[in-house]
Amino acid sequence: MDFRLTEEQEKFRKEARDFLEGEKKQKLWEPSIDSWIMAYDPEFTKRVAAKGWIGLTWPKEYGGQGRCAFDRLILTEEILRYGAPAACHWFADRQIGGSILKYGTEQQKRELLPKIMKGEMYVGLGMSEPEAGCDLASLKTQATKKNDHYVINGQKTWTSGGKYMNYLYLLARTDPTVAKHQGLSEFIIPKDLAGITTSPIIDITGNEAWNEVFFENVHVPKECLIGKESNGWRQVMEQLAYERSGMERIMANYPVFEGIIQFVKETKRDGKPLCQDSVIRNKLAQLKIEFEVGRLFMYRVALVMDEGRAPEWEAAMSKAYATAFEQRLANTALEILGPYGQLAPHSKWTKLNGMAYHAYLSSKGYSLQAGTTEVLKNILALRKLGLPTG
Amino acid sequence: MNLSFTEEQEILRKFARDFLTSKFPKKVLKELEETESGYSPEIWKEMADLGWMGLPFPEKYGGTGMTFLDLAVLLEEMGKACMPGPYFSTVVLGGLPILDIGTEAQKQEYLPQIAQGKSIFTLALTEPSGSYDAASIIAKAVPDGDGWVISGTKLFVPDAQVADYILCVARTDDKAKPEEGLTTFIVEAKQPGIGHTVLNAMSGKLCEVVCDGVKVPKENILGQLNQGWSGIKKAIDRAVVAKCCLTVGITQQVLDMTVEYAKERKQFDRPIGSFQIIQHYCADMLTDIEGMRLSAYHAAWKLSEGLSCAEEVAAARAWAVQAGERVIGLAHQIHGAIGVAMEYDLHYYTRSLKACELSFGGADVYREIVAQEMGL
Repeated sequence: MDFRLTEEQEKFRKEARDFLEGEKKQKLWEPSIDSWIMAYDPEFTKRVAAKGWIGLTWPKEYGGQGRCAFDRLILTEEILRYGAPAACHWFADRQIGGSILKYGTEQQKRELLPKIMKGEMYVGLGMSEPEAGCDLASLKTQATKKNDHYVINGQKTWTSGGKYMNYLYLLARTDPTVAKHQGLSEFIIPKDLAGITTSPIIDITGNEAWNEVFFENVHVPKECLIGKESNGWRQVMEQLAYERSGMERIMANYPVFEGIIQFVKETKRDGKPLCQDSVIRNKLAQLKIEFEVGRLFMYRVALVMDEGRAPEWEAAMSKAYATAFEQRLANTALEILGPYGQLAPHSKWTKLNGMAYHAYLSSKGYSLQAGTTEVLKNILALRKLGLPTG
Repeated sequence: MNLSFTEEQEILRKFARDFLTSKFPKKVLKELEETESGYSPEIWKEMADLGWMGLPFPEKYGGTGMTFLDLAVLLEEMGKACMPGPYFSTVVLGGLPILDIGTEAQKQEYLPQIAQGKSIFTLALTEPSGSYDAASIIAKAVPDGDGWVISGTKLFVPDAQVADYILCVARTDDKAKPEEGLTTFIVEAKQPGIGHTVLNAMSGKLCEVVCDGVKVPKENILGQLNQGWSGIKKAIDRAVVAKCCLTVGITQQVLDMTVEYAKERKQFDRPIGSFQIIQHYCADMLTDIEGMRLSAYHAAWKLSEGLSCAEEVAAARAWAVQAGERVIGLAHQIHGAIGVAMEYDLHYYTRSLKACELSFGGADVYREIVAQEMGL
């Protein structure tokens, strides 16, 4: 047991910080909450790509850096700490590249991975459907094989990637005659194929990060199939473990934490700094304790990945825990801000650039994406503790 | 970063689990609890022969030369077995402060006695105020010829009824600041002037120790005269982390028992563990315990490496106290009525968990330390 980072990792953290600090000083972007899922900036993504920081863990033979999952965790921790706009490449870097590496053909690896690493391929995730949320395997979007292509018909919802996505990851039914988990397949397709239309979903924060995506007789070349036909459920379960795994699950609203600590130090109420109020001290210390526990959960997930194992229960635990933490953090920040907590970003008089306001509203979705807290607890109970199914 | 245990630690864990499971069935726990001494000298001797009493002490003092982190592993298993007796008092409260700040002569005299299982130690710190701060210590030691004379009442002293030596903290300068007038003495426990009363406590043996003109030679000062507080603070840190490790073991066993029960207990023609609410309770318990384990070992590792760790110790403690209560609450809820029956085993864990929480400062105290470390 050793909780230290290696010297090289400390150096890498510093390199990441220096890069982000420089970007921030040049005001190339404004730090924001949920920057990994809501702040799209292709130019930032290209600059990160130029550093070689997309596909950091992928093998060198495909142009990656061959580094460990823990190094990637350090990089993402810093990106989130700075609230840098990383959404364009986040999903491809986090999970799509890994899926291609594990299940893709040699040709798919040669074609798609470089596009991701150059910061040119922005992938929206097409899993959920209007009638398939937690019960993802009941999805209805059909992919019917015809000669050298598939014909896709159906609808996805809550597809990430905003208006920037140029590729779609798609989970669709290729065999309607077998049990629901057994007839699914994974595809990665260009978004500009004929028959695909999108319609933005405006969420509770007023943001357009998600879309509904409609497929009407979309012809998809069979080369877009990832892995084996009808093996999609197994493949996606592993992908979801990675989707749940990262620092974004505890640090999406980290700038609020730093901001509110600064706020209580600088703000006086009844003639004394808020930070001297024992109730406020107690609340913020509680959050710090919870944050550090969450961070250890996240670190452990990265270590499991470096053992070459999909972090199934570990990621389920860390994500369920951390998204609840983020909700408490946002709520505590609003409580401390009092009436100012109601003011939106860019409003006159707003505090913390409205980050707490935004974080509170957006955090309601954290415990739903990529496995609701309930689904994640089911995983812990059934797969880790071995409790019986109903 | 590496969160795995070494092979040596895994062997220690496995061996300790087997040994403790065979030596401390609940029947033995019940019998020992009813005795005044609260421990079994025979098993104590066996544990000494295994090298456990000297585990964190260097070989030159008769120890095994292992680390505090190794000790953490053993403590976790002791928690899991709900092991009674003065191990924590002797090794953590007594031996480690001597190793930490004792003179060479003191180490050579006392540590081998501990390692061989010949002497039981404890720490007399708290007084009727029930506080763990320096100002609350009013027991006095005054110079007397070549030594000192201690008078005062110490409370919540664990295992004093069987102790051979007591590390006793007393005020030696009442004009200085509270932190700068305290001295720790190594006191022979069975000498005239010392009286103890075993209190009727929730779990384990806690005593009142009354010192009435107890004579101590000056070479029995542990650390510096009047500067005892820094050593005591460190002893409290170690004690707190050790309690966290015990708590990890206690709650892990509680979860294991609860999952087992939920798989077997049937209501409405199905195991109650197949109900999602019970499953989610268990998932919550697991998450709390894993958080406790990671934070406890993080603090233990820092202590073991000699790194500064005020925040990690405080965070581990505050988490363990809060999470422990959540875990035991859910365990009782899932067990239903049988969980509160003395004929069932859960009460041993409920009581020893709460006892772990109530010594050395609770969550509020440690949250405040975290706040200070955050610069608030």
